Amino acid sequence: MGEMLRAAMAIAVKDLAVEWRTKTALVSSLAFAVLVLAVLFFARDPTAVSAVDVAPGALWVTFTFAAMIGLNRAFLMERENRALDGILLAPVPRTALFLGKVAANLAFVAAVEVVSVPLFVLFYDVPLWDRLPALALVIGTATFAFVVVGTLLSSMVVRTRFSEIMLPLLLLPFLVPPVVGAVQVTARILAGRPLSEAAGWLRLLLAFDIVFFAISTLLFTATLDE
Amino acid sequence: MTQRDRALLFARRGTLVTAVMLVALAGVYVRALLFTPIERFQGPAQKIFYVHAPAAWSALLAFAVTGVLSILYLWLRDRRLDLAGAASAEVGVAFSVIMLTTGPIWGKPIWGTWWTWDARLTSTLFIFLLFVGYIVLRGALVDPEMRARYSAVIGIMGLVLVPFIHFTVFLFRTLHPDPILMKPDKPSLPGDMLLTLLMSFGVFTVLYVGFLAQRYALGLLEDLRDEEAAGHAVS
Repeated sequence: MGEMLRAAMAIAVKDLAVEWRTKTALVSSLAFAVLVLAVLFFARDPTAVSAVDVAPGALWVTFTFAAMIGLNRAFLMERENRALDGILLAPVPRTALFLGKVAANLAFVAAVEVVSVPLFVLFYDVPLWDRLPALALVIGTATFAFVVVGTLLSSMVVRTRFSEIMLPLLLLPFLVPPVVGAVQVTARILAGRPLSEAAGWLRLLLAFDIVFFAISTLLFTATLDE
Repeated sequence: MTQRDRALLFARRGTLVTAVMLVALAGVYVRALLFTPIERFQGPAQKIFYVHAPAAWSALLAFAVTGVLSILYLWLRDRRLDLAGAASAEVGVAFSVIMLTTGPIWGKPIWGTWWTWDARLTSTLFIFLLFVGYIVLRGALVDPEMRARYSAVIGIMGLVLVPFIHFTVFLFRTLHPDPILMKPDKPSLPGDMLLTLLMSFGVFTVLYVGFLAQRYALGLLEDLRDEEAAGHAVS
């Protein structure tokens, strides 16, 4: 187990180092996130709907869209020069590859989110600072959910034609439970309601995390063997 | 028996079953329209029920079969399981289209709205879209072995996703009628209507089998053609 985690960590660090050298995906995801946040601010009738009412939805649409354009990157870069074969030849369990990719993607999406949240507060003028721990909790559980499923799906779609359109097409149905749940909890948090009011949604998010983490880890090996 | 013979056998039997069931379906509809009492509150609009519910049943049955065949494929790695799973997914998409078109037509006069985001509507819509994605994914993969593995992964994930979507929307609330058939005490449908409905369920289920057999036969033949083409390319 310790060895597996070490291997996973090595893969994650490698991925992040490669990303850090070019920063192409990070910068484009960040710019994209800012764009979506700004555009969604105008996607309402300002005389009828206040910005706070669309804020939770805007935040999560931003997160999922920005994550989606970043998720393919993890396996796209392994496709060049058949780099994936090199990793598969290494004497590490294949699950470690999946865990490493999940960890790198989590770090990537977290970076985008850390930058987006202050901008979100700024753009939408939501009172947030005292509720940050609760918000961090829901962002963490929901992000984990879609990064896990997204990593598994991207490991497959990068080897298809039209991989850019294929990932959203396959991933979006899986985002319904985590994103709907996250929006509901976020709305409660922004309205200053106690977190216990959203206990059902939090349980749903947690159950989704556990079930899909288990099944994705299990199924990942099936996407590899040739 | 060669693969071609088996495919042709499936095609013949599938066509026969389908033809018989389409006649039976016409029979069910004659019974539903002429010999089944008109529902007191909904009037004639309720007749669509006898298509809508059985089509929904066949669609979900088809997707469940795809899910189970996906699990079996990853376990046994038999190509026929993959072809059958894909055939079932396609038939399921076809039945879903029937369900998703008859539903709004029924919903408009009775609920006053074409569409509502209730638990069952939403979960069937997303599961339908997921299986559209499944079919598109298959189209984008050339290597049959890889296609089979990837489809199986999506099929299994879909199976796990359905209860989650259902529960998600359940935390919202719902317009869709509660189950009238599968519930602890006896079905709350008058005998005549119940009989018509059950006949329709039976017809739709066997119709599913007929479609599945035909589509599976087609899959076998496509598989054979691809293999022959690959063989020619090598030699």
